[in-house]
Amino acid sequence: MSLVEIKGLDVGYVRHRHIQPAVTGLDLTVGAAEVVAIVGESGSGKTSTANALIGLLPANGRITGGSILVDGVQTAQAGERVLRQLRGSTVGLIPQDPMVGLNPTKRIGDQIAEAVTLRGISGPAARAEAIEFLTQAGVPDPELRVRQYPHELSGGLRQRVLIAIALAGRPKLIIADEPTSALDVTVQKRILDHLGGLAREQGISLLIITHDLAVAADRADRVVVMRHGRKVDEGDPATILNAPREGYTRQLITAAPRLAHGGQLVAHCDVRHEPVPEPILTLTGVGKTFPVADPRRGKRGFNALEDVSVTVPRGRTHALVGESGCGKTTTLRIALGLESATSGSIVLDGTEISGLSWNRMRPLRRKAQLVHQDPFATLDPKFTVRQSVTEPLVSFRIGDRRSREARARELLDQVALPASYLDRLPAELSGGQRQRVAIARALALEPELLMLDEPVSALDVLVQEQILRLLADLQEQLGLSYLFVSHDLAVVAQISHTVSVMSEGKVVEEGSAAEVFANPRSAYTRELIDAIPGRRVVTL
Amino acid sequence: MTRYVVGRIVQAAVVLWAAFTLTFAILYLLPSNPMQLQLAAAGIEQDSLTPDQFAAMQHKFGLDQSIWEQYWQHLSGVLHGDFGDSLSQQVPVLDLIGQRIGSTLLLSVSAAVVSLLAGSALAYLATFVRWNPLRLVLTRLPALGASFPQFFIALFLIQFLSFQLGWFPATGTEGVVSLVMPVATIAVVTSSVLAQVLIKSFDETLSQPYIITARAKGLSRTAVHLRHAFRNAALPAMTILGVIVGLTVTSSIVVETVFTREGVGKLAQEAVLSQDVPVVLAVVTLAATVFVTVNLVVDLLYPLLDPRISHVRAKVTAPEVVPA
Repeated sequence: MSLVEIKGLDVGYVRHRHIQPAVTGLDLTVGAAEVVAIVGESGSGKTSTANALIGLLPANGRITGGSILVDGVQTAQAGERVLRQLRGSTVGLIPQDPMVGLNPTKRIGDQIAEAVTLRGISGPAARAEAIEFLTQAGVPDPELRVRQYPHELSGGLRQRVLIAIALAGRPKLIIADEPTSALDVTVQKRILDHLGGLAREQGISLLIITHDLAVAADRADRVVVMRHGRKVDEGDPATILNAPREGYTRQLITAAPRLAHGGQLVAHCDVRHEPVPEPILTLTGVGKTFPVADPRRGKRGFNALEDVSVTVPRGRTHALVGESGCGKTTTLRIALGLESATSGSIVLDGTEISGLSWNRMRPLRRKAQLVHQDPFATLDPKFTVRQSVTEPLVSFRIGDRRSREARARELLDQVALPASYLDRLPAELSGGQRQRVAIARALALEPELLMLDEPVSALDVLVQEQILRLLADLQEQLGLSYLFVSHDLAVVAQISHTVSVMSEGKVVEEGSAAEVFANPRSAYTRELIDAIPGRRVVTL
Repeated sequence: MTRYVVGRIVQAAVVLWAAFTLTFAILYLLPSNPMQLQLAAAGIEQDSLTPDQFAAMQHKFGLDQSIWEQYWQHLSGVLHGDFGDSLSQQVPVLDLIGQRIGSTLLLSVSAAVVSLLAGSALAYLATFVRWNPLRLVLTRLPALGASFPQFFIALFLIQFLSFQLGWFPATGTEGVVSLVMPVATIAVVTSSVLAQVLIKSFDETLSQPYIITARAKGLSRTAVHLRHAFRNAALPAMTILGVIVGLTVTSSIVVETVFTREGVGKLAQEAVLSQDVPVVLAVVTLAATVFVTVNLVVDLLYPLLDPRISHVRAKVTAPEVVPA
């Protein structure tokens, strides 16, 4: 018998006295020591399924039908008492975001020991086991770490602590809900490798929840594709990748850059044999030192940037790639004039902007505009789409009411949103639609250069692809230049013409995207490329 | 750390000075005739004095000096622990307060402790109970409690518990029984204020992802509530602790008057009525001191409860270059 047997599961959420279905008629099994991955976009019901499994649905969540057997115990309509005995000891959970998954006011060791204590071990023995589980989870210096608080650890370490907590109950199944989406690619790869290894060694079944088909295909014995609350495809990775039954699965494969090209990372645009246009933005020898005494900067009190030179050719896309803390966002802020450089020169469209005062800088802002990472935070929640999009025009006193209205319609049309959306509030838009509005707002002043700070990393794979295609179309129509900041090489491969790879405040490699991805020269670039999920497709 | 503490103490001193100065300004710059007040307090008819006698009296009270000189005299007096004499009772202000401070302190501290316990208990219950109707009632209760005027609660208690049931004395300062109704009167309001903040904070804390982590370990609801939610929820409520204690002090004015207790609150009320300026000034300074001290203590305790807050500037943490 399988460890988990879900039959005809229906889950819904109570909203305004009605139950909105989130999962419909789902059948799913997880065998002993099997690794199963559920793939789907946000709202596909994958997380609801995982939560329903151990009775951790939010307060308005309801299991409206079907059965869930976990290790022979029915959990679908079970009470808290039954569920509690399964949680931790039979089913462990690794939650989505490691940054907020740990109690900020409790020491790491206590949080792990708590799970150990539930198995009837207490005192120093529980403490010793906590250290043991931290070691298993791959945390260095576990004796030191048990006395620390979560805020003293990096995101990757916190994720490992959460893995240690899940292991501490000695479960038969671990559910990993988007376990690494918030982390850098290389950290993500190391943690997933480690988790997979542990599960195999200890014979634990794994249920991986992810939006990324490549991640699922790399690690699972069986992949389940969900959409709109239903299972649309199921099979082992080879079958799913080579002979997908559903059009939706095929879309997911196309959207994952590495899967689409048989395991290779191929740059979408090859400009190796084309003449290089005039630069619109040139950073030469830019350095930035944050004062050590500034407590807000904490450990960043050192050279954040060292001799960084970056050129964005007119009408092209130049990407800055690197992991968190490598200085790419600082570079972007300096290029925008939001932060001043300690040394070096920044030339925007022929004008040197380093050291310019706010007032002298202001007219130049019309030339370069910014699109932020998080489409959920970048729009004023009280502004309608019309207000958001026309605000730059109002701010620079351009046009009158009627011409601004016409411009707003034109902008929405450019980002492929219907004019009826002008009166909507951000809360009524999806993530992708919000990012379109943010792009429309950035285009309002007809800038020549757009600075894009991780514009798609908060979005689902398929939406990512739509936004990237929109950006490419806009570039062609309007002759825009992009400075594109991203930690995701796969995304960069899809959109950029030229690339600078950054690490620890320095540019370690630069060149045309086609060249860098085909023949990476630095070891760091190779490591980044290797970390992109989807490598297993080669062997299948 | 030392630098932080010194900074906070200096800040507290500045707040005290500002409170003193503001009270002084209000009392002395308001349209009233201080000379007339002084003479009336001393029982002398102004018309019976010759201009020379009047000038002599003015000099005696220090009212012939400029406002700045008077202010400076008062301030240096206070710094030396001399608050002057009461106008209406002709005794040092400090003696007056000294006789009454014990009773008021007992009232305020008891009220603060009771509101802390009652407010936390109510917030805990309101967020723990799962039966919706009861939960709704418990969450709405603080809003009701905070909106009752204190004199109304006091009169209500006197009517029922004293006059009808005869359980507690309606007036007086003697014994613990006399304390019950005054403390209850104050605590209804202050515990409600505290519970309101705590319930909101609890709700927010319980929706945090780390609560899911704790539940997924297999902990019971009680354990999750006590060990994971309570401390995190209490942190934001800590900041209003100063306000709560301050409220219990100011409430003593109404409560001591209604229950006829001999305390600083009643003294203040009488002093304001008889325009006994030195007494009012002293009581306000005392209340400000209590408020500032409580806030200072809360600020110093905060880092002990929340490890993320550190008063050590530019603390060097272990470098995080370890793999992932």
